[in-house]
Amino acid sequence: MTDASVTAQSNGAVAQEGRSLWQDAMRRLRANRPAVASIVILILITIACVLGPTLSPHTFDAVYRDYVKVPASLSSYPRDEQIEPAMRTALRRARVEIGEWTVEDDRIPIVITSTREIDPRLNRYLDRAALFENAQVLDLSDDKRSARLVADITRLYFFFGTDANGRDLMTRILKAGQISLSIGLLATVVALSIGVAYGAAAGYFGGRIDSYMMRFVDILYSLPYTFFVILLVVFFGRNFVLMFIAVGAIEWLDMARIVRGQTLSIKRQEYVHAAQAMGVGTRGILSRHIVPNLLGPVVIYMTLMVPKVILLESFLSFLGLGVQEPLSSWGVLIAEGSRNLQGATWMLIYPALFLTTTLFCLNFIGDGLRDALDPKDR
Amino acid sequence: MYSYVFRRVFSALPTLFVVITISFFLMRVAPGGPFNLERPLEAKVMENLMRIYNLDKPLWEQYAIYLYNLFQGDLGPSYFFRDFSVAELIAQGLPISVQLGGLALLLALTIGCGLGVIGAIKQNQPADFGVIALATIGITIPNFVVAPVLTLFLAVHFDILPAGGWGDGALANKVLPVLTLALPQVAVIARLTRGSMIEALHSHHIRTARAYGLPGRVVVVRHALRSALLPVVSYMGPAAAALLTGSVVVETIFGIPGIGRYFVQGALNRDYTLVMGTVIVIAVFVVLFNLIVDLLYSLLDPRVRYD
Repeated sequence: MTDASVTAQSNGAVAQEGRSLWQDAMRRLRANRPAVASIVILILITIACVLGPTLSPHTFDAVYRDYVKVPASLSSYPRDEQIEPAMRTALRRARVEIGEWTVEDDRIPIVITSTREIDPRLNRYLDRAALFENAQVLDLSDDKRSARLVADITRLYFFFGTDANGRDLMTRILKAGQISLSIGLLATVVALSIGVAYGAAAGYFGGRIDSYMMRFVDILYSLPYTFFVILLVVFFGRNFVLMFIAVGAIEWLDMARIVRGQTLSIKRQEYVHAAQAMGVGTRGILSRHIVPNLLGPVVIYMTLMVPKVILLESFLSFLGLGVQEPLSSWGVLIAEGSRNLQGATWMLIYPALFLTTTLFCLNFIGDGLRDALDPKDR
Repeated sequence: MYSYVFRRVFSALPTLFVVITISFFLMRVAPGGPFNLERPLEAKVMENLMRIYNLDKPLWEQYAIYLYNLFQGDLGPSYFFRDFSVAELIAQGLPISVQLGGLALLLALTIGCGLGVIGAIKQNQPADFGVIALATIGITIPNFVVAPVLTLFLAVHFDILPAGGWGDGALANKVLPVLTLALPQVAVIARLTRGSMIEALHSHHIRTARAYGLPGRVVVVRHALRSALLPVVSYMGPAAAALLTGSVVVETIFGIPGIGRYFVQGALNRDYTLVMGTVIVIAVFVVLFNLIVDLLYSLLDPRVRYD
């Protein structure tokens, strides 16, 4: 015991020479290029999802009826050939004859004539279409039968195209990302807390308590998992926050098993015996010695659990049991995309790309952490 | 051996019982009922329906009746698919799911093991990196992305395969679902085989075999692969059970009349008996395949014996 405290002190004194497990792990992780690249990409995706929807010129639920299912493109809409039909449709209800019209850098002057008096308020017909704004009736002739209508053409960018309702897909994907990512984190945190507490308790107390607690876990394991989740959807209706707290409450089983195994081995270590000999209570030993030493495997398992939960949410949303309109998650968007496979491939490709990239990154980070924290490889 | 099988089957019964009990009560606690339609039924009609299906009795009595019928092999009538019993629905759907799952299983095992062995033999060479890349892709990309993307290329773009439907079991209709089912399994199996094969190739008995001058193929296939297959076999137990009982996603996307869909449909329609029926089928498959895995273990690893 004296030895233990002496080494602890000397370690503190010459901190620059010694390397802790975590410093070591960080160095190894930094050497792992796929893992580092994954961390960078994941951070970028997260930032894009958090900031994107507010920075984007479109809101995630804004419907552009003139731009339903337009393909992804880096150049702006409307296309030249779209202007005329849109203009004619918009003015059809104004009941005017359309004379000469041209497009001169984002302005469209149209000569209109009518058999009746032209109401200067008919600019609203044009303003109502997403393509035009600031329409004005100019040069109204004396008999009010002809005039010049000038409107600005609104240039809009849809980098990922629009969906079947004419909503900007990029904004929707980023907004959906917020939900997918936060659900992943939420459920993981819930599973983590339950699993660590349960597993650490079972492993620490051992004996009969341990075997009863683990038998309970075994029974829960034998239940069909999809069935459970679907029942939860039925219970909690469509409240996804509650539902994912519940999903987290099921996902803790693996965590409990891992933590229990680790606890069993940690509690036989000398430093735990030392603490016990010094009269530290159960709670103190658990929180001060056991749980901190469990962190390695728990962190690894956590990074692997986030993608599992995101996947589960997408799976549920794909079946139509997940997040509801106008909110969406990557799973919802993928489901919509696969329904519009013919003619609107971008609706599948982009959400799928975001989901798989995120899953890839999380898996690489998990693997990287495992390699970094594995004492066998040192 | 036979007594071992008998004991295992017998010891699985309590597990099945617990699964049935928990599922039964969970299903009943959920709000709503099988006959709560959008347009409410007349009170008298509802009452008659509830009486005929014994739904008006106390819950424990319904449970007892269900168990009693179950012991006689009666899974009850489906509440949603009128005029069909659950047993009939399962008898229609299960062969289709088993067929697709079985093909996917065979495909996954051959390709997965092959790739894993190649990766292990050519460790840290381009071929190995290819295997690792493929395995990572297969594990990461979810099947509800794989299925539409495959459809997009093979059915919509090149138009060489039908995009969906069962087509009375025509071969062309099976290709896409089987590929979708097999891909993630190929990835997992390749990864497992590669890992354990690398370990096996470094073991003493392989060194001895090589020292005796046995040809490379014999060393790899007969001596290394045999022990390397153990983790694959234990993974395949639950995985095979899941494959053979049908996948909700694959059956929904490709419009296949298997039993995978019944589960979700049944739970949403509160078709209590149908859900219970599928749960029982799944549980039986899981128990069965875990048993098969344990028996295969003794075949592959002579140290494991069940006498």
